[in-house]
Amino acid sequence: MATKAIFSGFGGQGVLMMGYSLAHSAMNKGYHVTFLPSYGAEVRGGTANCTVAIAEEEIASPVASEPDYLVAMNSPSLFTFQNKITAGGVIFLNSSIIKDHPNRPDVDICSVPCSELAEEMGNSRVANIIMMGAFIKKTGIVTAEIYLQSLESILGSKKKSAAEINRRAFSTGFDYLKN
Amino acid sequence: MNKFLMSGNNIIGEAAIRAGCRFYAGYPITPQNELTEYMAEHMRNAEGGVFIQSESEVAAIHMITGAAAAGARVMTSSSSPGISLKQEGISSLAACELPSVIVNIMRGGPGLGNIRPAQGDYFQATRGGGHGDYRTIVFGPATCQELADLTMDAFDLADKYRTPVMILADGMMGQMMEPVIFKKPKPRQYSENFMLRGAGDGKSKIIRGLILDAIDMEEHNWKLARKYEVITKSEIRYETYQTDDAELVVVAYGTAARIAKGAIKRLREHNKVKAGLFRPITLWPFPETQLRSLSGKIKDFLVFEMSTGQMLEDVRLSLQGYADIGFHGRPGGAVPTPAELANVIARYYEKKD
Repeated sequence: MATKAIFSGFGGQGVLMMGYSLAHSAMNKGYHVTFLPSYGAEVRGGTANCTVAIAEEEIASPVASEPDYLVAMNSPSLFTFQNKITAGGVIFLNSSIIKDHPNRPDVDICSVPCSELAEEMGNSRVANIIMMGAFIKKTGIVTAEIYLQSLESILGSKKKSAAEINRRAFSTGFDYLKN
Repeated sequence: MNKFLMSGNNIIGEAAIRAGCRFYAGYPITPQNELTEYMAEHMRNAEGGVFIQSESEVAAIHMITGAAAAGARVMTSSSSPGISLKQEGISSLAACELPSVIVNIMRGGPGLGNIRPAQGDYFQATRGGGHGDYRTIVFGPATCQELADLTMDAFDLADKYRTPVMILADGMMGQMMEPVIFKKPKPRQYSENFMLRGAGDGKSKIIRGLILDAIDMEEHNWKLARKYEVITKSEIRYETYQTDDAELVVVAYGTAARIAKGAIKRLREHNKVKAGLFRPITLWPFPETQLRSLSGKIKDFLVFEMSTGQMLEDVRLSLQGYADIGFHGRPGGAVPTPAELANVIARYYEKKD
């Protein structure tokens, strides 16, 4: 069976990057993966989301009817997807922005104030990678090393400074979650 | 590492450039825009590469006609309504016997429809689409890896038979990313005799589809028909999955086939139905005899398409009444989950007993 995750938020929050980097690192670990972005008549500044499926065998459908994980970077994302999460799944909340509580008592809630943590780091754009730190720690889909290697290869060798700040952002999220 | 995580649209572009495509013309339409975008960005890095964003779909198909006549490896792409516009040109390419690759990333139809994945263009693709007595080779890839492999093969077959080849995928295949490894392209093999590159001191050449004499035109039609017969004998491709002990076989292609495979796995895990899958990879030529050979021991077939039933007709023609055929369709951009389809298959199978 495939493990499926939905990443969702405002356009510009880097949700496609979150999904892409997860899929990329899972591919590097040797898994079958699919990545499906939402596409269509979207508006600038509107919502963006993507679905990642990871499995040890061929993946039939890249769509997730009952995803195991939801990463909600804003409130509309939570409302749109919270009811789809499978029982026993995990919802990751950007608690800096989302003040509402999920209506699902049967899933694990993992709140990370990733926008505030990013501001504290002096770069609001890395909120997504902070969340990925928490996501990787909680789910253990790939190791932190594999994820960071993938992230670096995605960013390319030209952007050394970007790699550095993303690495720090990842650690911030990873360490934020207590074991 | 030579494994890439790329979207289907970008994979087609990369595979085409690696296969030696050096002329691409296209006009934007969702859900295949990323392919045009990829060609815009990468064709200029390919030696001698030409990218043109044409003023219309019709212009694009005629631009590749011209470039093919001059000997280039050519490609154009669009999505359903845009492919309808190209039909006059595709008919022309078939008549003039010009090697070319046309990509259709299907969306919901008819008319402008919507931009969701669908399979409603099967008839148009496999029956020629344009006017006149002609066929196009049609590939129906089901994975991103297959998109890469079949795109390269499409150029080889186009050259081998001097005919347009169509890649028929849908919005899901175009948008989705999967890991892909690009195979080494084969060296291009083609006859230069027909190409128009300036006569110089030699005899002048002409390529045309206008043949006014009825007997000459008849002979041209038969010539094309003989070619299609050779293609039918030599180029059929298909995949079977768990058909050996199957009590029911699902027939599906492209995205529908991956969903069917997931449904079949579920049914077998839960010991519900011993189902198998027959997946045509070439939609034309259709693997008729290969499908019919299954009807010797299997009497139940279920066709699943993201349309109201088009390939269904080819399945009927293939099975010739030797087995029962059911149908499940989700047209218009609705894509069922493997779990939903598994329920449909189980219900169909139970009803039959």
